[in-house]
Order: sequence, then C-alpha cells, then structure tokens
Amino acid sequence: MTAPLIEGRGLILSFGNERVLDNVTLSINAGEIMTLIGPNGAGKSTLVKTLLGLQSADQGEVIRKPGLRIGYVPQKLAIDQVLPMTVKRFLTLTRSASRGDCQKVLEQVGASHVIDSQMSSLSGGETQRVMLARTLLLRPDLLVLDEPTQGVDVTGQAELYRLIDDIRAELNCAVLMISHDLHLVMAKTDQVVCFNRHVCCSGIPETVRQHPEYRSLFGDRAADAIGIYTHAHDHEHDLAGHVVDGGDGHDHHHGHVHGPGCAHGHHHHEEIDEKDRIWRPQ
Amino acid sequence: MMDDFLTRAVIGGILLAFVCGPFGAFIVWRRMAFFGDTLAHSALLGVALGLLMGVDVRIGMIATCLAAALILAIGQRQSRLGSDTVLGMLAHSTLALGMVALAFVQGIAVDLMAYLFGDILAVNVGDIWLLGLGGGLALLVLVWMWRPLLALTVSPEIAAAESIPVERLRLVFMLLMALVIGMAIKIVGVLLITALLIVPAASARFFARTPEQMAIGAALFGAASVMAGISLSWHVDSPAGPSIVISAAGLFLLVGMASPVIRRLRG
Repeated sequence: MTAPLIEGRGLILSFGNERVLDNVTLSINAGEIMTLIGPNGAGKSTLVKTLLGLQSADQGEVIRKPGLRIGYVPQKLAIDQVLPMTVKRFLTLTRSASRGDCQKVLEQVGASHVIDSQMSSLSGGETQRVMLARTLLLRPDLLVLDEPTQGVDVTGQAELYRLIDDIRAELNCAVLMISHDLHLVMAKTDQVVCFNRHVCCSGIPETVRQHPEYRSLFGDRAADAIGIYTHAHDHEHDLAGHVVDGGDGHDHHHGHVHGPGCAHGHHHHEEIDEKDRIWRPQ
Repeated sequence: MMDDFLTRAVIGGILLAFVCGPFGAFIVWRRMAFFGDTLAHSALLGVALGLLMGVDVRIGMIATCLAAALILAIGQRQSRLGSDTVLGMLAHSTLALGMVALAFVQGIAVDLMAYLFGDILAVNVGDIWLLGLGGGLALLVLVWMWRPLLALTVSPEIAAAESIPVERLRLVFMLLMALVIGMAIKIVGVLLITALLIVPAASARFFARTPEQMAIGAALFGAASVMAGISLSWHVDSPAGPSIVISAAGLFLLVGMASPVIRRLRG
C-alpha cells in the first residue's frame, strides 16, 4: 500500500464563530478520482484550499507526498484587463512550453483557435478549456478542479466532463473535483464524498447507462460520461450547515462509509447493492 | 563626459526609467500604486534621520523605505483595518514625522523642494553608480523571480497550489520596490515617484499583448518621458522632476488618443 498523494487528518477550521471544517479526514490515492459534492456554502472550496495549503487549518494536519505535482483549476479565473495576457502566455504561466506544444494541448481541449487571443476576451467555457489545457502541459500527479463547469451551459457541461475524463486518461493522474451539482458527476468517479462542513458520507456512484432523459439531452457519447449519484439523507442541514434533525434509526445497510466526523444518526432508504457499494438510482 | 550636469541627468534619468518600467508594470497589475506612494512618503523621514545621524541621506532614504515596506508587510496581515487605511496612516504620519524631524536639523539648509519634487539636474557621479548598481541588482532579482511573481499576480491560488512560495515572493517584491523608490527620490522626489512608476506602464498597456511587452514598453515610455522632461526643463527653465511627469502624462494622452486609430489601421 503506497502512501496517499495528499491526506487531511482531523482538519478543523473556523472563520470567526463559524465552523467551516468540522474534524475532516480525507485522503486521495494515486490515480483515484474523487468528487466532492455538497450544497453551496458547505465549505467544499475551503476544504480543497486547506488540502492544497492555500488555507491553514486551526487544528489537524495535511500531509502531502513529497514532490507531489498539483495542477489546479480554480472556480473562476478573472484576469484583469490591465494585465495583457495571450492564451499562449497563460499556458506557460508556471512552466515553459513551445508554441507547438501549446497548440497541441489547445487542440486536445478543442480550443486551438484562441492561442493568440487575450485571456480577458474568452468566454467562460473557453477559459475553462484553456485552464484544462494548461494542466495538460503541467502533467500533474493530482488534478484539482473547483466546480469546473460553473458558468457553462448544460451541453457544455457534459462536454467538459468528457474532456476531464480524457485528460485523466492521458495523464493517468488522480483527480479531486468539486461539484455543487448533486446529480451530475463523472461516471468514472471512484469515490463521491458528500460534504457539508463534515464528511457526511462517501462511496461509489452508480453509472447511468440507459437513462433516456440524459441520452436525449446530451446524446449517447455524453451520456456515457455522466453518472448519477442519488441518495436521501434523513437529516437536514440548516442554512449554516448544522445538522438540524439528527434522526434516530441507525441503519447501516448501505454501501457507503461514514466519515469519522459524522457523529449524527443516518439512515438511507435507497436500495443498495452492498457487494458493489453502489447506489441504485431511483 | 560625466562632467556635464545635463549628461549626468540624462544618464541617471534613463537608468531610473529602465528600472521603473518593469516594476511599474507590476505595480499597475498588482494595484500597489498607493503602496508605492506610502514608501515614498516615508523617505522624507529617512532624509531627516540621515542628516541627524550624519549618514548619507541616500542610505537614510533607502533604509526607511525598506523599514516601511516591512511594517506594511506585517500590517497587511491583519484584517481589522483595510489596507488603504494602514497605508494612508503610515504615509502621512511618516511624512509629518519627517517634516518635524527636518525642523530639528541644525545648521544645514535643507532644500525641501528638492526632496519633494526631485532634483535631477543635481545628479552626481555617486548617484549614477548607485542607480546603476542598485537598480541593476533590483532588476536582476525581478527578472529572476519574474515567472513565479507573474503567476502569483494572475492567481495566488494557482501559484500556491503549484508550490510557489507566495508569501516570500510578496515580501521580496515589496522590499525591491522599497529599494527602487529609495533610489528614485533624488531624481523625481517623494511626491512624484509613483507617477514615474505607473504612467509609463499605463501608456504601454495600449500596445502590449503580453506582460513582457508591457514591461519593456513601460521602460521605453519612461525613458522617453525623462528625455522630454529634461529638454522641456532646459528650454523653458521649468523644474525638471515635474516636467518629466508632465511629459509622461502627455505621452499617455497622445498614445491613448492614437491607439484606436492605430488599431483600426492594423485591421
């Protein structure tokens, strides 16, 4: 068993009186794809920033594998008008690359026409593609994506997820992805972590193969790249993310594991194939 | 050749413009104009301290600029007061302190105007050496940390995730700025140095397509402003520092008005 690429142990972080990370323990192994889902304001970005070392935790520790190379695609990249920056120059922001290599990775993400454009003139979808192209040049061990499809329309989203899948296949890297969308996650995700200030639960998503609605919406190719993750919580979170209904039936016939910080009662009513640790879509 | 005060002024001014260009570009990108202004204001205190302690005033100015940069680097970590408040407090309290301290300097007539608005025509050989070596060193370090500093400017998150030492770079850049500003005051003065940093960079923005083009363009626009300012001063006997700043602002207006036309001609 090799050491995880990155591991957070017992992370606790408060902003003022607001506890944003409540005893979070999480690790990502080489080659693993992990998707972090949860409502807005659940602290997903904060968790990722803490794991990346952009934010220090009040308690707990983050262990990075020595020499770990991370490619990070932020939620939004707003390059100021005052800073002139062509796409070519942006691709070589942290590492140099030839124009030919830049052109090649842009072709891979379907954005070869923008190489000489200014970053500030790109659309949201184009910016995301360019950021993904940059990670192709970086060749990271771990690719971290913070809501990669934000501000992109629904068909564009499916296309982006397929692209991320292709990139992962090429780089053979681990992926940590945040999605605020509970229903749209990658089919190839190894682990879905449901997060709301603590790890509510984690497990493997079910793949939608023949779901007619998705097929009609996105076409066959795209539908293959989309999985659905359905589960029902018995507890509710209030707006601040606190558990308001603890629930008392503690039924552990489900295919996911509780995070160690999950002190509240839980029972899931969906049918689960225990052997495969898979949720069946309802 | 160095005997001629005009030649010395031109050499000193162009050296300074070349150093200020790339730094000015970063100041514009990182929105640190007020930070630069604050460092410059603190330099007057350095003049007073230098005179009181019998040290070269240039050393006094550079030292207080560096000290102010360190204080600001620490002061900006807290979030109770906005950074503009911290900057404003330090800028004006050090300026006031400098003025008061200067009043206590005995026996030496201090030409306050020379420190506030610069005295490029009084540049001596020592100043040129200081600008050449100090400015060259500052530029060298800036070029050496160019790529990570630019990544940090584009996105601190990307930079930090990709193992760039964000905090250390920020601090080093602030100290380099302090060094440059401390050296520049002799030429354009406490109140005008920020203009020499940001106006040429703003002019270069009209043409630049990459950060590097903007930095080099800023150096060239700065050098042109220095030349124009000195010749203006020579012909109409105007104060040289303000003349340089007027030239820089004039160039900005010209370039700003010309750029839509040029862009249309290019297609």
